[in-house]
Amino acid sequence: MVNRIAVSSKIEDARARSYLHTLKNLFPKSGLTAASVVQAYTVDAQVSAPDLEEAAQRLTNPITEVSSVENIPTPQTYAYAIEIGYLPGVTDNVGRTARETIEDCLGKKFKDDEHVYSSVFIFLEGKIEAREAGSFARELHNPLIERATVFAAGKKFPVIVPQVRLVGKTHTSEIDLDVSDEELRKMSKEGIEGRGPLALPLASMKVIRGHFKKLGRNPTDVELESLAQTWSEHCKHTIFADPLDEIKEGIYRRYIKGATERIRKAKGKKDFCVSVFKDNSGAIAFDDKYLVTHKVETHNSPSGLDPFGGSVTAIVGVNRDCLGFGLGAKPIANTYGFCVEDPNDATELFRDKGKQQPLLPARRILEGVVKGINAGGNQSGIPTPLGFVAVDPSYRGKPLVFGGTVGLIPRKSPAGSRGSARKLYAKRARPGDYIVMLGGRVGLDGIHGATFSSESLSAGSPATAVQIGDPITQKKLSDMLIREARDAGLYNSITDDGAGGLSGSVGEMARESGGAQVDLEKVPLKYPGLAPWQIWLSESQERMTLAVPRGKWSAFKKICDRHDVEATCIGEFTKSKRCIVRHNGKSVMDIALDFLHEGRPVEQQKSVRPRNHQGDASVVGRGKTDLAEALLRMLSGPNVGSISFISQQYDHEVQGTSVTKPLQGRGRVNADAAVLQPLSDSQKGIVLAHGYAPRYSQIDTYAMAAASIDTAVRNAIAAGASLEYLAILDNFCWSSSEKPERLYELKQSAKACYDTAVAYGTPFISGKDSMFNDFRGYDSKGKNVHIAALPTLLVSAIGVIPDVSKAMTLDFKRVGDLVYLIGETNDELGASAYFSMPEEIGRPTSNFGGQVPCVDTKKNSKAYGAVSKAIQKGLVASAIGVGRGGLAVALAKSAVAGQLGVQADLTKLRGSAKSAEAILFSESQGRMLLSVPRSAQKEFEKVCQGVALTQIGEVIQPASVSIELPKAKVELPLSALTESYRSFFKNW
Amino acid sequence: MKKPHVIIFSGYGLNTEDETKAAFQSVGATADIIHLNDIIAKPAVLDKAQIIVFPGGFSYGDDTGSGKAYGNRLKQHLGREIEKFLARDTLLIGICNGFQIITSAGILPGALVANDSARYQCRWVDLKVQGNSPWLKGIKMLSVPIAHGEGKYYAPRETLDTLKNENAISLKYVAGETSKHFDMPANPNGSLENIAGITGYGGRVLGLMPHPERAVRFTQLPHWTWLKEEYVRNGKELPTEGPGIQIFKNAVNYFNHD
Repeated sequence: MVNRIAVSSKIEDARARSYLHTLKNLFPKSGLTAASVVQAYTVDAQVSAPDLEEAAQRLTNPITEVSSVENIPTPQTYAYAIEIGYLPGVTDNVGRTARETIEDCLGKKFKDDEHVYSSVFIFLEGKIEAREAGSFARELHNPLIERATVFAAGKKFPVIVPQVRLVGKTHTSEIDLDVSDEELRKMSKEGIEGRGPLALPLASMKVIRGHFKKLGRNPTDVELESLAQTWSEHCKHTIFADPLDEIKEGIYRRYIKGATERIRKAKGKKDFCVSVFKDNSGAIAFDDKYLVTHKVETHNSPSGLDPFGGSVTAIVGVNRDCLGFGLGAKPIANTYGFCVEDPNDATELFRDKGKQQPLLPARRILEGVVKGINAGGNQSGIPTPLGFVAVDPSYRGKPLVFGGTVGLIPRKSPAGSRGSARKLYAKRARPGDYIVMLGGRVGLDGIHGATFSSESLSAGSPATAVQIGDPITQKKLSDMLIREARDAGLYNSITDDGAGGLSGSVGEMARESGGAQVDLEKVPLKYPGLAPWQIWLSESQERMTLAVPRGKWSAFKKICDRHDVEATCIGEFTKSKRCIVRHNGKSVMDIALDFLHEGRPVEQQKSVRPRNHQGDASVVGRGKTDLAEALLRMLSGPNVGSISFISQQYDHEVQGTSVTKPLQGRGRVNADAAVLQPLSDSQKGIVLAHGYAPRYSQIDTYAMAAASIDTAVRNAIAAGASLEYLAILDNFCWSSSEKPERLYELKQSAKACYDTAVAYGTPFISGKDSMFNDFRGYDSKGKNVHIAALPTLLVSAIGVIPDVSKAMTLDFKRVGDLVYLIGETNDELGASAYFSMPEEIGRPTSNFGGQVPCVDTKKNSKAYGAVSKAIQKGLVASAIGVGRGGLAVALAKSAVAGQLGVQADLTKLRGSAKSAEAILFSESQGRMLLSVPRSAQKEFEKVCQGVALTQIGEVIQPASVSIELPKAKVELPLSALTESYRSFFKNW
Repeated sequence: MKKPHVIIFSGYGLNTEDETKAAFQSVGATADIIHLNDIIAKPAVLDKAQIIVFPGGFSYGDDTGSGKAYGNRLKQHLGREIEKFLARDTLLIGICNGFQIITSAGILPGALVANDSARYQCRWVDLKVQGNSPWLKGIKMLSVPIAHGEGKYYAPRETLDTLKNENAISLKYVAGETSKHFDMPANPNGSLENIAGITGYGGRVLGLMPHPERAVRFTQLPHWTWLKEEYVRNGKELPTEGPGIQIFKNAVNYFNHD
């Protein structure tokens, strides 16, 4: 029986106004005059008429809304109605909540095949043509996850039930690998029976063939999929792990892990690392009682297809890396980063030659990813104090979406009636423990996610690769774990169901106990009809796998029930040294753990030094004379300007831990660092900062990586951190990694990571890589297009400080304060923000503009040490790292933030920069701009002895920024700078 | 001093229980966070409490309307118990999502609808205090953060008139210290009559969108690094408390008023 409940607003409706606003902005010439919205709930369940009426009332706020169970109420006059609902099987959070409300109202649970589906009707008034209504519908939905139906006025609204009906095979098949190399290659590329790529190199396919030949049988599809999954680039990080040129141990072991080992050794007793590289997050000591964890992930390919779903999943997914650290850390902060194309770029691109599968416009990708972190972070009650947007055409094909989560975990559980305290940051599943799947149910979502992200985005990209996160289901899971089950000692191990779903989590945990046996028919499904390999590989969200001792299962289950969290025992950890999977009693997978985890053939990789495009040292400017205009232009670009529209829609105050805000000073300028106070009874703080410089990859990836680290470190120091207590995380997002030239660039950047991290003594504690950020498709003329993302490294810094009341913000504070520049300004305009500005700003250049900034770690370490000391002594009133856009932008930001003027003389700077352009816009690393009260001048200068320090001016009352340069002067009113700074995303 | 006992509801996506508990404990109350389902199973726990809190959060993801699903569940399963609790000389507060929940459940009148901007907003606001709720005793003005997508207070004219007559519109958005400092509009969401919070039951029940529990320390203020310079340059000690703490102190003092 199917019924429909319609709820509409009887007062002014902001949602309807927002639709109208969006459409009017995009289609200014249309005759659209008004919009109204009806929320519909399609109830596919046995419900009596009076019960339905009662349910409708529950779904309606009588003060502001009216409901109907008979029909969809329409406005008196309208031209078109558009119904938007989800496609079958897509996560429908509103539908789920409606179902729970109705169940509560009826006092009984729905049956497995009973559902509630949400959809929305948008009624449009005015003179609108059919073609226009179609364009509106296209704008308002994403065909990969949603359906939209356009109805002309007067047409009936048929009831649509997006029930999942699976017709595919549900048995397990044997796969014959005794075929030609060509066939093996094809199977790897297209998958078993065209299911989606296995993405394994031929050598791996052959090893699998040999393994099963020895066993005298063919592998099942479950086994083959499972191996592809476990051996994927996404999971095994093969490019970082395998030998590259002369580096036999691979670049990860030599440069990333190697740096950390060396730093920890040098630090000796001052080593603060506790658990690095081995768990779902990295952890450092916070104090005697607590550890703080951090992990940053990317979710790029799915975000290219469904930006909203992709980015919700990015953030709730990385939250589980926090919940899955040790026995469970509490998420205390989220961070984000969006690398996208300019949203104003209207270039059309297609995934297929026939132009049936358009890429979403750049604007909608940014809108979608912003909304995704809004939903995921806000609904989870985790503050989002830090993030960035980086814009470059190379991100048009595949956006990069970074999501990070910081966690807090006690070192030990409380000793109590249940026994003595135990370490919470270590875990081990034991033979005999139940394998428990916790949280959401399993559907087709995200199948082949891991193998898919090991490939580039193209027409064959599977639509099921998209998941939509459900933050509330996960929040319930998080509450029951962190508030109760963890400290009660009810489980021995836990990990996230991320890439590869159960195959990944169970496969990984089986190594702890020495084996596992799973009965797939026990896994609760969203809908019937899934084949065993699908259940085993599905990446349906909000799930974690736990090892629960038999004797504790009933106590554990009781907690789950009270929290309304689904928990199912699906098997047992063993010591059989095998991973055995059965379906209705029949074995569908039986693989030795050793082969599953260690059987992958190591591949010797070779790199080739690419054609050198070193910056041309003779280029020191672009012949621009109107430097003031150049500065305003720079501030009004998306890479430098304000992203306050994001900062203000992400809750950064929840949990009450915020110390320095994402928007700082009267003028609300975005900061590149944030400080938190995680415990209300301790003054200790956590500093978070980020650094990235992808444009430098155009010249030199070594310089890019060094600058990314230096920037993250510098931003952290400016916020109050110190080099003694600072750790970093690396996220490599590369492209075309099959090319030896790209591998050379990768090797160089990894080497820079080692050199720079070791010099600063900042260990890597966690990292991740995504190696194929390529788009291969077609332009509007049907021509082949390949867009490769710039080799990008996001460095995230995390440090601990003794006293949050010493934290620093970037805004000038008081008139009369002295302004200092720390560090040298060199002729380093190569690949700078200045050189990437549009042509009309000055002479177009054939190259990237001179030398790329190089990092002098020796000088910088000394400078950073002095700044930390000065801040701790209370001698500094404001500090900002000088980065993108150079000194001119730093001066403008501190002035705009403080809404105070500044008078600066830049004619006597330290360093090689001599031209006005280079002085203003060079992005030389290691620099900071500080303001210091006059009363502290003497002591400050003493602390900075031996550091390149220049007093460049002072904070002034008149609202203007006035800069003295060799043979030039820039003078701009604060109002113009403020306006430019806020202009790019002003109407977002 | 008598230590009043606080019960903070949790579950289904509420998320500010911990900091609310910390705020109450810091001023001398005892506090427990209890899941809605546990209270439904054993409503007698409410008999031991002097203060009930519906904290902030995102119950049921705001799906089907903020506070609606949780409010329904509360009304259906604990409506009488809450009435019984309020028949005693007790206090109840609904903060943000908690405010949305208690209006949905009919404990306070009116409704919270989508912000005029149709977007979630996180910022600081300034509130003017009116009426004589024990929660707000001695406070005239107060700066605290908001973080919500559906915080516009709406009620029909007659309800607004009644609220006014009963002096129950207790918190209004005004252009005060932080809005002026950051040059932001006073009313963040389009609330009718600039309403940020209302009271019922003679002032013993307070519902408000802003979050006092996130404004209990000086270093939580959005401009504390700017204010700090004033203290330091005049040789004064930095304050430790933030403006929101007074609400929690008032609640504890209410049970020590003899």
